[in-house]
Amino acid sequence: MTSRPPAGAPAPTGNDSLDVATIRKDFPILQRTVRDGKPLHYIDSGATSQRPRQVLDAEREFLETSNAAVHRGAHQLSEEATEAYEEARRKIADFVGADVGELVFVKNATEGINLVAYAMSNASIAGPEAARFLLGPDDEIVITEMEHHANLVPWQQLALRTGATLKWFGVTDDGRLDLSNLDELVTPKTKIVAFTHQSNVTGVVNPVAPLVAKAQEVGALTVLDACQSVPHQKVDFQALGVDFAVFSGHKMVGPSGIGVLYGRRSLLEAMPPFLTGGSMIEMVQMARSTFAPPPQRFEAGVPMTSQAIGLGAAIDYLSVVGMDRITAHEHALTEAALRGLAEIPGVTIVGPTDMTDRGGAVAFVIDGVHPHDAGQVLDDLGIAVRVGHHCAWPLHRRLGIPASIRASFYLYNDLDDVTALVDGVKETKRFFGVS
Amino acid sequence: MQMEQLYQEIILDHYKNPHGRGLRDPFDAESFQVNPTCGDEVTLRVKLDGETVSDVSYEGQGCSISQASTSVMTDLVVGRSVGEAFKTLDAFTELMQGKGQIVPDEDVLEDGVAFAGVAKYPARVKCALLGWMAFKDAVVRAEGDSA
Repeated sequence: MTSRPPAGAPAPTGNDSLDVATIRKDFPILQRTVRDGKPLHYIDSGATSQRPRQVLDAEREFLETSNAAVHRGAHQLSEEATEAYEEARRKIADFVGADVGELVFVKNATEGINLVAYAMSNASIAGPEAARFLLGPDDEIVITEMEHHANLVPWQQLALRTGATLKWFGVTDDGRLDLSNLDELVTPKTKIVAFTHQSNVTGVVNPVAPLVAKAQEVGALTVLDACQSVPHQKVDFQALGVDFAVFSGHKMVGPSGIGVLYGRRSLLEAMPPFLTGGSMIEMVQMARSTFAPPPQRFEAGVPMTSQAIGLGAAIDYLSVVGMDRITAHEHALTEAALRGLAEIPGVTIVGPTDMTDRGGAVAFVIDGVHPHDAGQVLDDLGIAVRVGHHCAWPLHRRLGIPASIRASFYLYNDLDDVTALVDGVKETKRFFGVS
Repeated sequence: MQMEQLYQEIILDHYKNPHGRGLRDPFDAESFQVNPTCGDEVTLRVKLDGETVSDVSYEGQGCSISQASTSVMTDLVVGRSVGEAFKTLDAFTELMQGKGQIVPDEDVLEDGVAFAGVAKYPARVKCALLGWMAFKDAVVRAEGDSA
């Protein structure tokens, strides 16, 4: 499969800024209006990103020319579909610093984390090679207070199933990870250290190295939630040294219904399956079965195919634009948003107010206006932001707020979006009579 | 701007000066309701005197729609019979689920008609119904306990 180069191809050498006007032409949805003819300001890419024509075309082209069930059948379409599916896997592996056999396609990042958590439960019925995944009442799982529910609830459930104890790192008042008790929390009892690379609420980018080093020292496995980092910055899983990582296609201009679980090869080889059935077997008899090597062992049933091809096209798109340039672009927009919002009386940023180790998400609250009401007025102005707890309820509780407003930027946003947001917040205050 | 139609003065007044707020004793049953998508919550107590709703008290946090709707509801149900209160509840629920196509009956819903605009915003319907669901749940519990 070849996808034509994005219209927003890199500018000539020496110009590092993105040609956002050209990029925006690739995203048909950004041309529409909302709420009685208002131009759309889509600042909610942390929830889901929009998709360029190149991704939509790649999916359609695959479905119109090569669609078949992959890894089964001897006909030409099946061959082509399998080739396209595995080519997408190779492309994605290159993009995140992994070997091709280290990537498992899942429905979304949430499923990826659940896959690891349930595989660990299943270690109790697997062979001796799975012993390192076994958890019991003497073991501990360590997470953080800033996790998205997807990297929290599966570990609560695993603790309930195995009798293990769940512990967590706290968060500082400005939303940073508090690693001051690293040595007390991560001990030889720790079996898993699961944490987010970048907070989906505050945009905080966590230090991976000290956590990986400590986990390795005590023999614990690390699980990285990379949903908010992989779409926005260059990420190399092997270089980071994490054992597992997950991310979702729909947050990186790719399709929904496709996510990726990364696992170090030696771990995936020893790990028991989560979902079982077709495709994931080696040999099946009436009473028992043996399983295929990874990644097939973790991809039971006919997988999502056009979505994988679409994610491959998304990675082509992001690669041609350039991840470093996307990061720099979001950095500039975030800085402008922080500056603009800070000038409005009664607006408080949730999380750090500086640009050190943070990505393109800005969460805030407005004195006297509930986030849900603010979101409604912003929506009426054509501004799409997220309001609520953003699936990080414990973090909001820790920071003493029931909910927040979150703006999250991507490559297709520009300073007009920032201006619209800042003006929209001022209008929100005026509307509700808050001075 | 559509917002004036959604956020009528009555709603903003009830939000800023809620009626009957605060948890009171005695009560027959309590209900806690939460909107998991946004975190809005309400804890609501009901005191019945035979067939009559003699008191409704509540605490909560959330958007103006959820909090004002709960406040308006207390005006509409306290002092009425359970049967009347549930009729009003049904009328309000029907209005909220009517996608903006239903003309509310002011004789039945009184200040509740101010929420007619909410029905055009599906994401906010749950907000408007939060307190009402707590009331319904608390009454069912109270009646269950006394049965």
